[in-house]
Amino acid sequence: MTDKDKKIKTEFIASLVRLYGKDRSSLLPVLQEFQKKFRYIDEYSQQEIADALSIHPVEVNSIISFYAFLYDKPRGKHTIRICKNIVCKFHGNKELSKFMEKKVSEFNKDKSEESKITIEYVNCIGLCDRSPSMLVDEKVYEKINPHNAEAILEELS
Amino acid sequence: MNTMEKTLRSPVSQRPHEIKKTDQLTGIGAEVSIELNGIKMKVPIGKTILEICRDNNIHIPTLCYHEDLCIAGNCRLCLVEIEGMRTLQTSCSFPVTSPIKIKTFSDKVRKARKHIVGLMLSEHYGECYSCVRNNNCELQSLAREYGIDNYEFGHICSPRYNVDKSSQAVIRDMDKCILCRRCVRTCIDLQEVGVLEAVNRGYDTKISTFMDKPLADVVCINCGQCINRCPTAALHANDPSDEIWKAIEDPEKHVILQTAPSPRASLGEEFGLPPGHSMTGQLNTAARRMGFDRVFDTNFSADLTIMEEGTELLNRLRKALVEKDTSVRLPQFTSCSPGWIKFIEHFYPEYLDYLSTAKSPQQMFGSVIKTFYADESGIDPANIVNVALMPCAAKKFECNRPEMNSSGFKDIDYGLTTREMAKMIREAGLVLPDLPKSGFDDPFGEASGAGLIFGSTGGVMEAALRTVYELVTGRVVPFKNLNIEVCRGMKGIKEASVKLENCRPEFSFLEGIDLKFIVAHGTANAKVVMDMLKNGELKDYHFVEIMACPGGCIGGGGQPIPTSESIRKLRAKAIYEEEAGLPVRKSHENPHIKYIYEKFLKDGPCGKLSHKLLHTHYVKRGKFIN
Ligand code: SF4
Ligand code: SF4
Ligand code: SF4
Ligand code: FES
Repeated sequence: MTDKDKKIKTEFIASLVRLYGKDRSSLLPVLQEFQKKFRYIDEYSQQEIADALSIHPVEVNSIISFYAFLYDKPRGKHTIRICKNIVCKFHGNKELSKFMEKKVSEFNKDKSEESKITIEYVNCIGLCDRSPSMLVDEKVYEKINPHNAEAILEELS
Repeated sequence: MNTMEKTLRSPVSQRPHEIKKTDQLTGIGAEVSIELNGIKMKVPIGKTILEICRDNNIHIPTLCYHEDLCIAGNCRLCLVEIEGMRTLQTSCSFPVTSPIKIKTFSDKVRKARKHIVGLMLSEHYGECYSCVRNNNCELQSLAREYGIDNYEFGHICSPRYNVDKSSQAVIRDMDKCILCRRCVRTCIDLQEVGVLEAVNRGYDTKISTFMDKPLADVVCINCGQCINRCPTAALHANDPSDEIWKAIEDPEKHVILQTAPSPRASLGEEFGLPPGHSMTGQLNTAARRMGFDRVFDTNFSADLTIMEEGTELLNRLRKALVEKDTSVRLPQFTSCSPGWIKFIEHFYPEYLDYLSTAKSPQQMFGSVIKTFYADESGIDPANIVNVALMPCAAKKFECNRPEMNSSGFKDIDYGLTTREMAKMIREAGLVLPDLPKSGFDDPFGEASGAGLIFGSTGGVMEAALRTVYELVTGRVVPFKNLNIEVCRGMKGIKEASVKLENCRPEFSFLEGIDLKFIVAHGTANAKVVMDMLKNGELKDYHFVEIMACPGGCIGGGGQPIPTSESIRKLRAKAIYEEEAGLPVRKSHENPHIKYIYEKFLKDGPCGKLSHKLLHTHYVKRGKFIN
């Protein structure tokens, strides 16, 4: 990371801390906003955030590792989270996953790390009555089959 | 069924526990009648069930609870049954506020505890006979207490994690961790260092450093306090005893043991004695029988430290007051505690000039032994192996600092903790308490009592005041029997002052000055003091003593496990009692100190040779990890 990048990040963190307050309870909103802008929370920024909120870097790290929606490592542009729970399984999530894996690997071919799609399997997202379901970034998709999945993927590219 | 139960739809477990009216509700200290295992009693409102049980000699197993730390309530072992409640309750985190009936060993309780231990063991990789905590492990004793004779829930057969051996002081073996988070609370709350936290969730939870980096690469100050509070062997010290045995067996090597005051006050605990028995004489005998060639008293170099640090303080005062030198930094901070040194290097690097440049007694002794002693006794310093018996884990790091070689050799070869020494004594087949007493070897002989009290918080300050006051005024310190009580005791931050009057002519610049000083122990308190310094609140203070460990060295990270404030107080008492009976109680009156300044360090304290051998410099580390 160049000094310039560092400066930009530090300033952004400072502005978030001004917005949410210099208190450990501001940690989650700060992390969320930071991630929205920079896609993941790197080592440097974790320490800057800790410093700005007067907590320890390892505490920031601990919080990030606890929440599935916060990342401390770079990831692609989009994350698809497919539910792996039993109801979704009954409703064909196996076929769906197979299809998605294939499509996404085609999609990711020749793409830079940053514009790739990541697939994750997650526990129940609370949409059993409309299963199989998945999340694309923060958007919910219900009753998915290979047909409408293709359309969703097309939207991403 | 009462009306509430009829009208509520929520399951029993989610219903509010009805708080019954207590007997008397006026003011603090109100009492409530409870029934504990069928015995009726009155207890103060707000006391936890665990505390009440301990007061009544009822043993409740605990793993996450520790006297020194805040309550976590995560191990669930301290469960008890309360009549009328559907689920068992954790006694450590249950303050009594209503007249309840408690059962501490009902069938339900015993079964639950047994299952909890069984579940912990199912993920606990390792076997007790190949473990450093064998026979002093809280998990192991619980397994015994609850009659675990098989692995009811299975047992993990291969390790999940790598052992982190990067640190010179602390080894982390997370396969033995039961996630009680005592270390986390120790490092964050007690020490304010913040190296360890739990990361991930559920089954994947583990205790980790920042971004899972090796312990040696993060801001760990090596204090070892986490080791002292870990109930298992997940955290333990880096043990050099194999190398030391090898050196002892090598006829070429001249192996010297120096013993610090605190291990002597606590070593007996490792041999079954209650805390508070000094083992100085027995330890000397044990060391000789084990094959150490010489046993020296670290208190000698503690006296040397006082001479150097005291002179440095007077020099700084002279420069500031007479020469009006604005580059002089006051108050002067002590530098004997390597954990504290690393703390300030990481967290307050811009204030390193406030530290005394004097080395710690351990390191001073190392360079004196490999120069002066080697010369006097005609032994090649290359063949001298310096072993330092210390209460401290950070001493292992300190002796490996690259700048610690002013004798031309590695000044101290090994830092050995009290626990490791006890292990070596046991290996040698010696029963420490049964050994006859013997003294220390010449040329350093017995040291002064001032050096001895270094072991407890406030000791360095007390020792320094005895010498500085006398140097300046020509009279002994104005405290009864030389006991400067204001320096003693377990208060986190102590401050006081001594007025300097009728000074000797050469110190006339100090006439009428109130010598103000602060004593702090535990780096959380050190942080408070440093923030005061940062905010300019210490401008008229002169001298600050800081020890990284709670209680000072007697509570060091290498001391016998367990530790608690009452144990630390008993160890301190042993030290102060031993000290009161010593013939020489002031560093500058130690005849061996006079001798070394006459024969060897001829240009006196803070002279040229002292600077080379007895003083050091510090590294601006900062807290950012790359
Ligand atoms: S940590 Fe305790 S229970 Fe585990 S192997 Fe070691 S002695 Fe046994
Ligand atoms: S040795 Fe001290 S600083 Fe290091 S992890 Fe343990 S408690 Fe924290
Ligand atoms: S390392 Fe020790 S103190 Fe820390 S959580 Fe694990 S068992 Fe508890
Ligand atoms: S000691 Fe009470 S929950 Fe651990």
